[in-house]
Amino acid sequence: MGNSIYILLSAFVFSAGVALVLTRQNVIAVLIGVELVFNSANINFVYFNALYPERLDGQFFALVVITIAAAETALALAIILKLYRTYHTTNLDEISSLVEE
Amino acid sequence: MDIGIIHYIFAALVVLSVLGILVTRNLLYAAFLLVLTFLGVAGLFVLAQADFVAVTQLMIYIGGVLILLVFGIMLTNRVAGQPILTQLNRTVLGVLFSVALFASIVYLTQGFQTTEIVAAPHAIQRLGMAILTDYFILFEIVGVLLLVALVGAATIARFKGEGHG
Repeated sequence: MGNSIYILLSAFVFSAGVALVLTRQNVIAVLIGVELVFNSANINFVYFNALYPERLDGQFFALVVITIAAAETALALAIILKLYRTYHTTNLDEISSLVEE
Repeated sequence: MDIGIIHYIFAALVVLSVLGILVTRNLLYAAFLLVLTFLGVAGLFVLAQADFVAVTQLMIYIGGVLILLVFGIMLTNRVAGQPILTQLNRTVLGVLFSVALFASIVYLTQGFQTTEIVAAPHAIQRLGMAILTDYFILFEIVGVLLLVALVGAATIARFKGEGHG
């Protein structure tokens, strides 16, 4: 018996998220990749918590990760809207300066 | 019916929808496939005795984060009647890197001693007690962080001319 299905799935979702972040040019597609990475961390937290049912650290930290992911998405979308108003694009390679040119 | 097969059904749902996200270039398809991914992960959470985390995942990810993502896609693309596509670059390098990452994680975790998942009685009651006793400080800090992040997001995204921002 090799790996548990949870560990394999978590590794797969993490790698897919990294691939999305590396290959996509649109900011929102990159954000979707980051959400996948958060979810893979959560799968691991919940699975390893389930192996020790008398403790609850894993489940609580999964809740913390979900909360922080929500805050991160809200902030990222605010920044994306601001960028779109300034540059009229969401292509990452065309957004390279912090001040208006 | 064996309970183990349900694990594989949810895992297959997650794997197929993630592959779909990787293949498609349409942002709206990716966002809706993300719903399926989150649903599958929530099902796996239920099977791993984490009911409350599963419900939170459904409410916050599908009810909140995905709505925000779809709003972001709609608000940043003005072209009507055309699919919203993302451009790719460094495709070969990115895919090679992530395949190597997956292979190395799988290789490094080969030796883990995994045991069967056993039922955890009264998990939600115990989690509620633990949040308000053992993890209370962290709970409050996360609440304040969420408040500050949302106020910051509202400040950043507000239209020009309505204030000094």
